Amino acid sequence: MILNATFLTALAGAGLILLLPTRLAAHARVVALVAALAGLGFAMRAFIGYNPADGAFQYVTRVPWIPQMGISYFTAADGISLVMVLLTGIIAVTGVLFSWNVTRGPRAFFAFFLVIIAGVYGVFQSLDLFLLFVFYEIVIIPKYFLIAGWGSTNRQYGAMKLTMYSVAGSALVLLGLLAVWAVGGARTFDLLELADPLAGGFAPSFQAWVFPVLFLGFGVLAGIWPLHTWAPTGHVAAPTAVSMLLAGVVMKLGSYSAMRVAMTLFPDGLEMWRVPMAVLAAAGILLGALVALAQRDLKYVVGYSSIAHMGFVLLGLMTLNPLGLGGATLQMFSHGIIGGLLFAVVGRMVYDRTHTRQIAELGQMNLSATMPFAAAAFTLASLASMGLPGFSGFIAEFAVLGGTWRAFPWLVVPAGLGAVVTAAFTLRALQASFFAPRAAGASAAAHAPWPPISMPEKIGASVLVACAIVVGLWPSVLLEPIQRSLGSPLMSRLVEGGPR
Amino acid sequence: MTLLLLIPLLGALVAAMAPSDRIARWSGLAFQAWALVYTLGLALDYDAAAGGLQFVERLPWIPAFGIDYHVGADGLSIVLLLLTAIVSPFAVLTGVRAKWQVVMVLLLQTTLVGTFVAVNLILWFLFYELSLAPAFLLARSSGTPRAAAASFRFFVYTFLGGMGILAGFLAIQAATGTFDLQMLAAGGGLVEVALEAGFGWPFAGTLVFACIFLGLSVKVPVVPMHAWLPDAYAESPSAVTMLLTGLMSKMGVYGFLRLLVPLFPGHMAALAPALLALALVTIVFSAFTALVQTDLKRMLAWSSVNHLGYCLLGIFAAAAANGTDAAQTSATNGVILQIFNHGLTASALFAFVAFIEKRSGGARGIGDFGGLRTAAPVLAGLMGIAVFSSLGLPGLNGFVGEFLIFAGTFQIAPWAAAAATAGLFATAVFLLNMIQRVFAGPLGGHSAGFRDLTAGEIATVAPLVGLMFVLGIYPQVLIALFHSP
Repeated sequence: MILNATFLTALAGAGLILLLPTRLAAHARVVALVAALAGLGFAMRAFIGYNPADGAFQYVTRVPWIPQMGISYFTAADGISLVMVLLTGIIAVTGVLFSWNVTRGPRAFFAFFLVIIAGVYGVFQSLDLFLLFVFYEIVIIPKYFLIAGWGSTNRQYGAMKLTMYSVAGSALVLLGLLAVWAVGGARTFDLLELADPLAGGFAPSFQAWVFPVLFLGFGVLAGIWPLHTWAPTGHVAAPTAVSMLLAGVVMKLGSYSAMRVAMTLFPDGLEMWRVPMAVLAAAGILLGALVALAQRDLKYVVGYSSIAHMGFVLLGLMTLNPLGLGGATLQMFSHGIIGGLLFAVVGRMVYDRTHTRQIAELGQMNLSATMPFAAAAFTLASLASMGLPGFSGFIAEFAVLGGTWRAFPWLVVPAGLGAVVTAAFTLRALQASFFAPRAAGASAAAHAPWPPISMPEKIGASVLVACAIVVGLWPSVLLEPIQRSLGSPLMSRLVEGGPR
Repeated sequence: MTLLLLIPLLGALVAAMAPSDRIARWSGLAFQAWALVYTLGLALDYDAAAGGLQFVERLPWIPAFGIDYHVGADGLSIVLLLLTAIVSPFAVLTGVRAKWQVVMVLLLQTTLVGTFVAVNLILWFLFYELSLAPAFLLARSSGTPRAAAASFRFFVYTFLGGMGILAGFLAIQAATGTFDLQMLAAGGGLVEVALEAGFGWPFAGTLVFACIFLGLSVKVPVVPMHAWLPDAYAESPSAVTMLLTGLMSKMGVYGFLRLLVPLFPGHMAALAPALLALALVTIVFSAFTALVQTDLKRMLAWSSVNHLGYCLLGIFAAAAANGTDAAQTSATNGVILQIFNHGLTASALFAFVAFIEKRSGGARGIGDFGGLRTAAPVLAGLMGIAVFSSLGLPGLNGFVGEFLIFAGTFQIAPWAAAAATAGLFATAVFLLNMIQRVFAGPLGGHSAGFRDLTAGEIATVAPLVGLMFVLGIYPQVLIALFHSP
């Protein structure tokens, strides 16, 4: 129950906010913060209490729901889920903190926000494919309203494009799931039953087409190249908290589900499509980074960097060895934290004050002197984002590269180059927008003083930086449960040479 | 050993919390003094007769990936730790004023110490790569567009090299199953064999060797991987250039000695003629480029490349010998001495440039001065000693290292030693020319009204100049650390 409490508190919070009388509407953020904190508390409690030595599922809740169709309410978590649940809790709390200044329609804003959080929590703990799909869909619609209603640049276009892509991805997912149910002949949505090797599995010819349908369907949300174009425009149009949600957790829904469902169910399909998918992942790393290098809008830089970072996740998944799979999972967490922080600094700290995100214009504002806290936070986030050792991104990308050496040595080159280009564009953006040399005669005083960085922003940024550093220096805290769970009967099917 | 890592780190924390620049600087210096004393203690405790890794500490860090926190020091590490402990406070004394810069220097010192004591490849890489962040921020601290561009190039070049090294390490681990440097080094050339066998390609070992080699070459740098260097050295504040050339370039040389020599003996020997040629190109090209510089700092930057070229020459010659004869020992000992001496001398030279810049309002062209000897005799005298040390004058520290390198190389590859003397010749020409134009002759340019060194500045450089004499006359104090009779 402690696991279900995560999304139940989020839903309860959303309901409570909607019941708030108008004169208390401004307090919606307090309710949201309490709900998010409670969710994080439950997530941490579940994470700490996770103990099976064989990495099996814990906190199992299983209630028949539509038995005629083999659908049940089946939730449980293993080490991999719990890492993602923990990430969701952290992003929920910091997302609320970075939305503290939302004053227009606060009830709707925070209610939508909490509903998304609930959906995300739900996906990460569903072991019934139907239930998983329900949660997956819950995430999509509120996203549209949040972006279209509270967003900035080109928000209608961004919101619609993002929603269209998400819906198209969901359609593929639904098609795949229905095929599993109908054609596969299993007549159940229970992931563990479907994946049980004793049940005989699916015919290779069936897997050959269902695997790519499901994988790419989930991949859309993960920003797999070339189906990624919704992400940069969507991130840019979205209000800060939603950018944080998108980059921090929503993209992970795609990669998590691709791993949890598509890859475990169809080992033969995976084998057939493994190399092409790995190539797409590596292309995403390199091309995402190159495109980021050419951007003039700071938020677009961060948006495209997400594509590159998610490329590492997908590449790690395709290695099918513990090093690469562990690295991919860690990278999901790490990018959630770092990407969230980058969007928070760019969207909330900088844009809400300067009302521009053009790197050239920001460069003339002497931000390192007028907003030292934002500059320091962005510097740390940049260092973490480029995968400097000591931050979480390093261990994750290093493990993915290590796994790639074993699986596809020839893909180490584009992936490594992508990492170098990532360093280049991150540094360029950092330098040009925060530490630009001042043009002679330009006066910084014309812009200052900005409103000071508020306490919620400081707390939120500090929490995220602390997470990146703690995981960077002590990755075992997450890796240990992840690695254990990669040995569980379900997940060990992914590891090459494991039971099929 | 761990304490040695923690001292500068603690110093950085304390300095970061200091209320003013002044207090930050002095508290930072206090921690650096502690680090120096502690390092000297380690050097005295080190049992050179027994040799090998000592002060070893090992804890599991990321057991899932076989990465341990594993540190220890042998004679080579101790030499570099001493150099780090000496040069870092020297740079702070010379020209680091702002609080954040003090913090960054201390963080840089932490990563340097870490690089020199790490025995696990990934731990080593962590410190090696992490050093980039403080170095980058320090290098761009003047904030000019040129400094920004130079530091950007410095970062990206070195980061690219770092990726090559990391890719190489991962391949080694994929083939051998371990990141433990001690275990890998003990296997001799087995790493090369394992790489060929593990990947099943004929040139897998060579490819991995090339990855690591190129990555380290950027850091040293080896010509033609040097493109980032002149601007980075010239546009950084001189105190920062001291750290870049005195310490960070040594990370690359150390990498050659610590990684490539023990892990790839076969490749080092087989490719020796090509590698020696590369070292020669570095030596000769940099010396002749220095010859035509008009900016004091750029000239010294190229001179640094030149001196590091001798290190490479010695390393490659020793590796080519492929045995344990006297010539090899001589070359290797020369290299280690040269590492230390160049760190000392080059950082001292840049310190003098810092003093000159402070007085001339930033002017540092060789033609901007004249007759400085009359205006500032103490500066001229002390800087002259450093210049002659850089020239390799017997009796000063630079001589012994270069002599041993040449003596060793000559017996192994006479042609390389002979060709490298062209570099020695050009070095003599440009350094003497510099002395001639800056210090001798009639008073001119910015020399008029030039203040001589203050007592504080003399106190800053005097210990280094003293060390130059000590090591020139009695190099045994250092040699005893890494060479057991």
